[in-house]
Amino acid sequence: MKKKSYRRYSARSESLRMCLHNVDFMVGLIMIISVILIAVFAPQIAHYSYSKQGAGPRLTAPCAEYPFGTDELGRDVFSKTIYGTRIALWVAALGASIQLILGVTIGLVCGYYGKWVDHVFSFITDLTWCIPGTILALAVVTILGKGLTNVVIAISIVSWASFARPIRAKTMSLRNMAFVETGKAYGENGFSLMFRYILPNIIPSIIVMTSMTLPETILSTTTLSFLGLGSKSPSPDWGLALSKGMEYITRAPWLSIFPGIALVYTTIGFNLLGEGLRDVLDPQMRSR
Amino acid sequence: MQELKSKPESKPAASEYATEPEGEASAAGTKNDELLKLENLSINYKVHDGYLSAVNHVNMTIRKGEIFAVVGESGCGKSTVAHSILRLLPDKDTKITGKILFKGQDLSTFNEKQIEKVRGRQIGMIFQNPLDSLNPVYRVGTQVEEAILLDNPDKAAAKKKTVSLFRDVRLPDAELRAESYPHELSGGMRQRVMIAMMLSRTPELLIADEPTTALDVTIEAQILDILKRLKNTYGTSIMLITHNFGLVAEIADRIGVMYAGEMVETGDVFEIFRNPRHPYTKLLMQALPRRSKKEGRLKTIDGMVPRITDDKPCCRFANRCPSASERCFKESPAAVDFGNGHICRCFEAEGAESVKVNG
Amino acid sequence: MLELRGLCKYFHTPGGMFSSDRKPIRAVDGVSFKVHRGEIVGLVGESGSGKTTLARVVLGLTEMTAGDVIIDGIDLGKATRQDMKKLHSEVAVVFQDPASNLNPRQTVESSIMRPMILHKVPKEEARKRAGEVMDMVKMDRQYLESYPHQLSGGQLQRISIARALALQPKLMILDEPTSALDVSVQAQILNLLLDLQDSLHLTYLVITHDLNVIRYISDRIAVMYLGKLVEFGPAEEIAVNPAHPYTKSLMDSAPILDPELRGREKKLLTGDPGSLVKIGKGCRFCDRCDFCEDHCRKEEPKETDFGDGRIVFCHHPLIDVSAPAGTKDVAV
Repeated sequence: MKKKSYRRYSARSESLRMCLHNVDFMVGLIMIISVILIAVFAPQIAHYSYSKQGAGPRLTAPCAEYPFGTDELGRDVFSKTIYGTRIALWVAALGASIQLILGVTIGLVCGYYGKWVDHVFSFITDLTWCIPGTILALAVVTILGKGLTNVVIAISIVSWASFARPIRAKTMSLRNMAFVETGKAYGENGFSLMFRYILPNIIPSIIVMTSMTLPETILSTTTLSFLGLGSKSPSPDWGLALSKGMEYITRAPWLSIFPGIALVYTTIGFNLLGEGLRDVLDPQMRSR
Repeated sequence: MQELKSKPESKPAASEYATEPEGEASAAGTKNDELLKLENLSINYKVHDGYLSAVNHVNMTIRKGEIFAVVGESGCGKSTVAHSILRLLPDKDTKITGKILFKGQDLSTFNEKQIEKVRGRQIGMIFQNPLDSLNPVYRVGTQVEEAILLDNPDKAAAKKKTVSLFRDVRLPDAELRAESYPHELSGGMRQRVMIAMMLSRTPELLIADEPTTALDVTIEAQILDILKRLKNTYGTSIMLITHNFGLVAEIADRIGVMYAGEMVETGDVFEIFRNPRHPYTKLLMQALPRRSKKEGRLKTIDGMVPRITDDKPCCRFANRCPSASERCFKESPAAVDFGNGHICRCFEAEGAESVKVNG
Repeated sequence: MLELRGLCKYFHTPGGMFSSDRKPIRAVDGVSFKVHRGEIVGLVGESGSGKTTLARVVLGLTEMTAGDVIIDGIDLGKATRQDMKKLHSEVAVVFQDPASNLNPRQTVESSIMRPMILHKVPKEEARKRAGEVMDMVKMDRQYLESYPHQLSGGQLQRISIARALALQPKLMILDEPTSALDVSVQAQILNLLLDLQDSLHLTYLVITHDLNVIRYISDRIAVMYLGKLVEFGPAEEIAVNPAHPYTKSLMDSAPILDPELRGREKKLLTGDPGSLVKIGKGCRFCDRCDFCEDHCRKEEPKETDFGDGRIVFCHHPLIDVSAPAGTKDVAV
């Protein structure tokens, strides 16, 4: 047999190569990178501060000076939309982190320990699934009080279950694998088995799930902002812009069209990224 | 397949079995006796760096009423051969050349409709895991009845036949078991149901792909017993695909040993066990644990099965063969007939007593 | 080295809402035997005989219901934290499936080093030891860098053995170590295991359903049937001249390796191994036994000692019981 040199090339580098060949992934990646760049360089891109009233005449239609027009208080819609990316990304990051921490921990613990721990948490998960998400989130916001962060927390509390379920299932199937049992036989404790043995093997699924929940979180937050529970004026939040824009939808459609496009662009970007990742990382689709 | 003319056996293989044994088989006339005959069967899979040669110029003949065992380790192409007969390989990226003659007709020229008529009715197949082959939402009796109803639309008769088939495969409480669902049966019982289902249409050839690998030894012995009785009572030919020499020694009439996609040795089971010619066959037999460790360590075969993508002539076993010479790396050994249908592909085995078949 | 005394492990079936009596599944039911230092004991039985459950109990992966397990002088039931730590390093395991034996996300090196790190071996020393055990299982050290999916089944199984050796265990539990491997690779692994046992004076408990393998590798064989030990004794004796009807049938079912032996007289078992839930009072082998009589169904057979280190649980052993006196009384 020819001697092959096995350098530290791993499944990871192979995945990366496959990602770069995946159209969905690449398009999504470019879209999301552009959103991130816009968010970072918002002050350079926007001509005006998003909150500056009277930057121009009220309700001006899009023109060279105000590419997206101005709103009822004379604020530049373009600047608002640009700054809105920061909010969208903040929402995505915060929401995903909370859901990840809750979902992964609970999923692992339920899947690994089973028995009563599993029963209790499965009951809670089932419960959150029985109540429509938006209504439950509304209830949580009412308790926590209005505000963007509270809205994100509310949404995360509602939707961590969709993380926990698949992770619990994967953990259960990995729990009885020989390498986990062997680790146990060497005296590894439960914490180590969960986080050192099982978790690395479900990270691909977690990545996929995360990229899929990001757009959902953004959309749900927008919905609640639209209902007036999230950001307060003068925040450049797209949901808020959409809800304000509704009042002027016939007279000044640009107020809602441009934030709407930005929202769709961002969510589609995340969705494509997620689908691409799923194609590459999902073990069923992957050939050795 | 003509592009590989340099291969010694690409001549018409009719002469290959010219020296048929003078046993009971040749008495009935060799030609009519051949149920399935593979001629120069080659199967290549398209992979990212060219074609992977999974099966290479395999010749074999299964006669009526015999059990032919194809033996080999994993990755030697034995299952690929079996699946190609009933065209169960994925069409995409698979290139099959050569002839698959079943009762004189070349199955490889059949269209999808014609091959469907052959599947089940003339050639049946059972697999390693019977749970995958049974529909979990129907009672097993119903599933066997359905198979019978395909040929004979008499419901009452079908029911009766199902029960009698279940008795034939020694399913305990046949009537009761017909009402069970697959998950209620044990692995051995499921495999029996599969055999019964295959028998229901009285095929002439039964392909059994590792039928007992997933079962306990005691159940394995029972299944072998059933297969043996099938052969005797129904005259069914059986192509038994296995990696287990124990099964071969127990029930096969003739065996073919495969290595890296090639049939390296074929012959009568007694002959091959007594007098294996190919170094691979020899080593494989010595690698089997027999008796006790007090009699010494087992023989092993170093190295690994090569992954063959180029068509360089050489003996595919050369890199692991203890007696390989330079010639083995440069030329493909021809099939040599030692009489009695004992054919071996090895330069070393070419003795004075042998008759070269071709090449 | 290892002593089991009346080991029991019952599982509880999840009872229905209205069923008051939840019947336990008696996976292992009162098994006792001893494994001496430096010997290889093979454990055979059909699926459902409880052999894997027994191994899991010895490994501390599941708690026993009753009985004692004594490993190297430590009673598993009364072990302190310190004792457990010692046991974890003294008992090693290799499971059947080469593909799942190693963490797919870790390099071979970190898989081998992990048990040592866990037992407070300094990192540098562990790394050195990883190289040494690779040499012991005759694997090139370059594979330390690779990931499991880059290796073949035989190589993976060697690495699993290497990892098992890392902590210098005294007892190794091998659960079907070669079942998933090809014949030629199986021979390599069996040779390796025997060589290691010779040079390191290890004790093996080998679990397998492959009768040829068990006969080849073992010094003594324990036969289990539906959670009970039915026969225990020297390997050759049991293989050639079994005393329990079940052992006899099992040995008869073993694949022969010579077609000349085809016509031999053999006793094939009928039916499947019975269910562990519905177990009667008497001998568990009754339904499949030819020699079954009334008292077999009523009374559990007691231990019969044949003197040559052989123990049989049967009312009607197949070999002559003349050797030890007084056993007849026990049997009838």
